[in-house]
Amino acid sequence: MNPPSSVQRRDDTLRSGAESSSVSFVVNGARHDVELDNRTTLLDALRERLKLTGTKKGCDHGQCGACTVSVNGERINACLTLAVMHDGDDILTIEGRAAADQLDPMQQAFIDHDAFQCGYCTPGQICSASAVLEEMQAGFPSHVTNDLTAPIEITDAEIRERMSGNLCRCGAYSNILKAITQVAKERA
Amino acid sequence: MRAFSYERVSDPAQAAARAAEVPGAKFIAGGTNLLDLMKHEIEIPQHLIDVTGTGLNDITPTSGGGLRVGAMVRNSGLAADPRIRRDYGVLSRALVSGASGQLRNKATTGGNLLQRTRCPYFYDTAMPCNKRAPGAGCAALGDGATSRQLGIIGTSDRCIATHPSDMAVALRVLDADIETVMPSGKTRRLTLDEFYRLPGDTPEVENALEPGEMITAVVLPAPVEGRHAYYKVRDRASYAFALVSVALIKTPDGSGRVALGGVAPKPWRREEADAALPKGATALMERLLNGARPTQENAFKLTLAERTLAALLAQE
Amino acid sequence: MDFNQPTEDNLFDRARIIGKPHARIDGILKVTGRAPYAYERHDVVANQKVGYPLCATIANGRVTHMDASAARGAPGVVSVVTTLEIEPLGRAKSNDARLFGGDVIEHYHQAIAVVVADTLEQARSATALIKVSYEEAPGVFDLEAAWERLQGTGEPLADVGDVDAAFAAAPVTVDEIYRTASQSHAMMEPHASIVDWSDGQQMTVWTSNQMIAWTHKALATTFNIEPDTIRLESPYVGGGFGGKLWLRADAVLAALGSRACGHPVKLALPRPMVFNNTTHRSGTIQRLRIAANAQGKITAFDHSAVSHTLPGGSGENPVNQTRTFYAAESRRVSHQAIDMNLPESADMRAPGEASGLAALEIAMDEMAEKLGMDPVEFRILNDTQVDPEDASKPFSERHFVECLRQGADAFGWEARNRTPGAMREGQWLIGHGMAGAYRGALTLNSGARVRLQGGRLIVETDMTDIGTGSYTIIAQTAAETMGLELADVEVRLGNSDYPVSSGSGGQFGAASATAGVYAACLALQALIAKRLNLDTPRFENRRVVADATDLALADILDGEELVAEDTMHFGDFQDSMQMGTFAAHFVEVAVHAHTGETRVRRMLAACDAGRILNPITARSQVLGGMTMGVGAALMEGLTADLERGFFVNHDLASYEVAVHADIPQQEIIFLDTADAASTPLKAKGVGELGICGVPAAVANAIYNATGVRLREYPMTLDRMIDQLPEVS
Repeated sequence: MNPPSSVQRRDDTLRSGAESSSVSFVVNGARHDVELDNRTTLLDALRERLKLTGTKKGCDHGQCGACTVSVNGERINACLTLAVMHDGDDILTIEGRAAADQLDPMQQAFIDHDAFQCGYCTPGQICSASAVLEEMQAGFPSHVTNDLTAPIEITDAEIRERMSGNLCRCGAYSNILKAITQVAKERA
Repeated sequence: MRAFSYERVSDPAQAAARAAEVPGAKFIAGGTNLLDLMKHEIEIPQHLIDVTGTGLNDITPTSGGGLRVGAMVRNSGLAADPRIRRDYGVLSRALVSGASGQLRNKATTGGNLLQRTRCPYFYDTAMPCNKRAPGAGCAALGDGATSRQLGIIGTSDRCIATHPSDMAVALRVLDADIETVMPSGKTRRLTLDEFYRLPGDTPEVENALEPGEMITAVVLPAPVEGRHAYYKVRDRASYAFALVSVALIKTPDGSGRVALGGVAPKPWRREEADAALPKGATALMERLLNGARPTQENAFKLTLAERTLAALLAQE
Repeated sequence: MDFNQPTEDNLFDRARIIGKPHARIDGILKVTGRAPYAYERHDVVANQKVGYPLCATIANGRVTHMDASAARGAPGVVSVVTTLEIEPLGRAKSNDARLFGGDVIEHYHQAIAVVVADTLEQARSATALIKVSYEEAPGVFDLEAAWERLQGTGEPLADVGDVDAAFAAAPVTVDEIYRTASQSHAMMEPHASIVDWSDGQQMTVWTSNQMIAWTHKALATTFNIEPDTIRLESPYVGGGFGGKLWLRADAVLAALGSRACGHPVKLALPRPMVFNNTTHRSGTIQRLRIAANAQGKITAFDHSAVSHTLPGGSGENPVNQTRTFYAAESRRVSHQAIDMNLPESADMRAPGEASGLAALEIAMDEMAEKLGMDPVEFRILNDTQVDPEDASKPFSERHFVECLRQGADAFGWEARNRTPGAMREGQWLIGHGMAGAYRGALTLNSGARVRLQGGRLIVETDMTDIGTGSYTIIAQTAAETMGLELADVEVRLGNSDYPVSSGSGGQFGAASATAGVYAACLALQALIAKRLNLDTPRFENRRVVADATDLALADILDGEELVAEDTMHFGDFQDSMQMGTFAAHFVEVAVHAHTGETRVRRMLAACDAGRILNPITARSQVLGGMTMGVGAALMEGLTADLERGFFVNHDLASYEVAVHADIPQQEIIFLDTADAASTPLKAKGVGELGICGVPAAVANAIYNATGVRLREYPMTLDRMIDQLPEVS
């Protein structure tokens, strides 16, 4: 993978009046320069323009998490952000996780634990799962954190709460928990 | 979503000036509520001013011993800030009870305050809604309407929507202020209570912001010692808006403050009700929810608010 | 191939691959984002345009005028088709409401126009420019009122023995009303299609659908065109749960748009339209009466119910399981599907039983309590091995009692809370509940084609994998039958060019489709035997072996492709018995003593569902059912505006389904009870069994925790908060 973004965020004020903008970002290590309708969400830019359809559209309103991607190392819902606001950003989608035929540990853990069924929410779940481990490591509190000032203890309840922005209607939650726990243990 | 033009600004005063100058302009920061509303064409800006680069990303100490939280500070960053976690636990807890990890990574402090209601009739543009289309009527008050999620106090016969923010409920109990910049470059400071407007006859007016005025910061007063708690009650265990939420700060001398979410068009607190806290949940809620006008479907929120506070008080 | 009698001992009883845990063979595509779902097929046809639907905003009436001129002139728009421009399309048998065409509005968010543009952004904004006038007609939206009105009317579906006498004589009776909510499938992938009908002749549809053959036929009926001009593909389906059994507006609008603009058109239903535009499970109101003698033997059931439907539909019939689940000499059941002007109600995971058991299994709990019996023992006492309405019809296999006993043991039922409201941890009241589950084991004729190419076997069938694991169990079946390894088999699904299978629905898919693949493999074996002149060859270790012949499959006829096809036909003999699947569900809940919030703490299911073809994927199916059952119990409910006639909570924020944090430790036990009468693999379905009974188990646990008996779903805190103990 290429080093992170060689794209610099533009400081200049864009001209107003135009309904499209040019934007440059790095996706999975590759730089893309595209001219986009300002209305294009990051999700649609990925799926329709870059044809990276691994990131899913489940609701398009921030209510399901299927579109979760990593932007500059943080997970976000790609459906509720404009592509044009990501000039200079470094984006990681599900397509960027496996190197050749080598799955990343979270992808492998999802297979090992049958942590999906229809597969539609899966890329978002995997992206969130990886981020959740990093967020706990970084000491981000959650709704179920007992002591706000102590380091985060990795518990089932913490993982479940932090994964709750990713719906899985097939109901693979308990297998997803096992997959994440496996990766957490491997890392520990 | 209608077409719009887009610009980035690097200075808050410039943002405000541009917003006043360009017809149909709106600020965008995290975008997690605005884009949702734009897709529904509930919001139809002609021009978006991207204010994420305005340098309002820091949490800094104030001379009064409090903290100034820049309007662009993300919800997740605010909740995780060690000073917030240590001294303003109610705020940290309220933040992490809202939305999802992904949304909190994007949502900003300023944007969170400006969230619009989640009333389902507001969201369905085929339905009459005085907030969306003043004078159209309120479908939520219709004979066959469902109002389980909606407001019980502070509402009007034009609108019974609630404000959806958790963060704002904690800010209200913390006596936080809001700092803004006007198109003229002038700044001002409002209390949170002054900031939010009740619907009355003009439910479309939700806050005190003037055209072009931009939130630049939230100012937290010096920490209030004592127990900070936030109890959000919802149907599912996470990723849902509150039926009722209770923000509580209980000081070591037994006095304290209570604000409610999920019941009113704004974070709901009455300072005179706080005085009854030592007498317990029932006494406090009698004052805090006096004058409530629930619907048949949401009258349970009266009981729920009281019992939720009682639960918090019993946890000591 | 005909399946005309229970199967003998066969290769699946000595299986190498079937019944063993194999990871999904499509797993790698799904975890890397490479599995192609309907809307994502950039590669299949060039120059795709994007369609966006406009949906009606009245529940009942007519469209009087539409002005689409502004939309037609909007940037990027290539075509607009409004419902007033075309005659009503044909209505396939499986559709109650017309999908498009004409001025009649039968439900809220019925599609009334499609706008096609170069991009989604252009199509969506142009759609909002269409002006519509309506003439609104009054509608009927209130099931509660219908229930009141219909008391004492309707013909029973069954009336056996003397119900009235049984109740008059019974020392113990239960008589309560139960209510289940309307529910949305809420699969994660919304309904979506790409359709190329650009020449108005040949139609190709890349879609997301459970039933290829049904939908193929429905397209022909809807557009009044020859079936052989239509081709349909649906290799990956992002969840269905019954919501994608039928042709829906996504494909219809994309087709009309394509024909109008002369390009392929793709269209996904926007999520806020899915709830009212497509189908849902109807809510029910059910009265259940049970009579029992002092020893706890049930003497009679009387179960009557209503649900809603559009004219011509069948609603949600929740009484059927009451006819077969438990012994009793007398029973009467009736269901009336009331014509109402709400969106179309249709099948959702375990249609009927999911709602019926949600009521029946609470009633059983109430009866057990009145009798002072352990609810597990009460169910054991009332087990039956024959159809209670016809003692000459045995169950092919029924191990419900073992489910109850093994489940109770594994769950620790003995150590349960025995006094409602008595077990407490801090502010949480702890309760335990259980329920029985029953779901029929239907089989449908199912075909497949197999191609031996060198040593590789390709299976082609129009069967779908909607997350169920079809790819994997079909590969297992083919590998087992042909003496191959799993890696030697490639499975191709969801294409109307392939032989017609059972499709995915009614938990008939796994058992039926694998039987069809088995039949095709036997046809291939026969073909090989014929071509090689072999008498009763054996297929093992990737070789064909017979007398003097011992040849690698890869080397047969120098690797010439050999193709065979067959369909498994299930014979009438299955009608002479009851075939079902059974489970016992055990649940522990915590209910907050102050707020009434309910959180499920652990769940266990013991299942009797025939041979388990793959314990990994079968387990996931049951987990999914249990999870959906928690949703049904605690949060899921479409709320109708009774004046305006639509489901108000039509998005994924306001229609709440269970999230990670709602789902606790889940344990599943499979009895692995092979059923020789079901299929040659002795398999039955399990995908719907998992949801059956779960809501009632949660309800019974809530009662056990709190002493508050709830009879209306979802069991949200507002239904109980006034009955919880005083706290202040």
